[in-house]
Amino acid sequence: MTMSRDEVFQKVRGVLVDALGVDDDEITAEATLMGDLGAESIDFLDIVFRLEKAFGMKVPREELFPAEGLLNNPELISGGKLTDKGLSELRQRVPHMDLTEFEKDPSINKIADLFTVNAIVNYVDSKINAT
Amino acid sequence: MRWIWIDKFVEFESGRRAVAVKNVTLSEEHLHDHFPGFPVMPECLMIEAMAQTAGILVGQTSNFQEKVVLAKINKAVFFDYVTPGDSLRIEARIETVSPEAAGTSGRITRAVGSGSRTHNSAIGDLDQLIAEIDLMFSHLDHNLAGKKFPEENFVFTGAITSLLRDVVPDGRQGDPGSQTQSIVFGLPPQGRESQG
Repeated sequence: MTMSRDEVFQKVRGVLVDALGVDDDEITAEATLMGDLGAESIDFLDIVFRLEKAFGMKVPREELFPAEGLLNNPELISGGKLTDKGLSELRQRVPHMDLTEFEKDPSINKIADLFTVNAIVNYVDSKINAT
Repeated sequence: MRWIWIDKFVEFESGRRAVAVKNVTLSEEHLHDHFPGFPVMPECLMIEAMAQTAGILVGQTSNFQEKVVLAKINKAVFFDYVTPGDSLRIEARIETVSPEAAGTSGRITRAVGSGSRTHNSAIGDLDQLIAEIDLMFSHLDHNLAGKKFPEENFVFTGAITSLLRDVVPDGRQGDPGSQTQSIVFGLPPQGRESQG
């Protein structure tokens, strides 16, 4: 199954409209799930469930939204920021997220801003168009 | 569960779907205030009825070992009033279960013959649709924040045993020839109730 990036985006938008109760036009590629769209922790599971149904594939939550594994490890966090080791660990885990801005100030408070609509589209796109 | 709001289960397919009934009576005190001279069941209590039905269905998939709590109301649409004398049929289906959470869909209907109201005559003899309610439950011990909760399962206590009397294949209760006999229920210990 191949899908264009735009088709993926449209489907992801449908998932987010249903899961978060927001309007279509609020869902832009740059919108952050928590800050802009008001997602809470249970919503992330809801989004995972709906993505699995919409795209007919398995979506391991810790692969799509892998934050808490990092935050609980003292080696990767120091003074409220990710250490160099933490950053490289994050880079490995989230090839679907754009870290350019974040790397300038890798404060853990800003991790939430990495969870964008685009990150989900990238993730799904890489999964279904992998081969 | 701190209180029981449904009356009993009448169908139970482990991991798939369950149906519970709730009979609405004017002896429920809140109906005298909601509203004086015009008693209608509050919609929030229909959501509670679905949460209990679906929550027990989800809990049974882990033999009532997980602490299953309502986490999100995805959808709640109501089509008609419910009044004293109505007999409600609450049907819940599991859509997804994962280690951390579960999603359910469900509908509430009024059993025909349980009331004289025929608002929705178009559907004839079929049960009348009252509500569509989709929910999400969290498994507390697998919460994403890593919070710890007491070891004792304060969600599922012995109090729910009686709800399952007609669907649990058990020498003491229910029909031993029941077709649900193959289901292995892991019922919580009897006679203990958490303080609410």
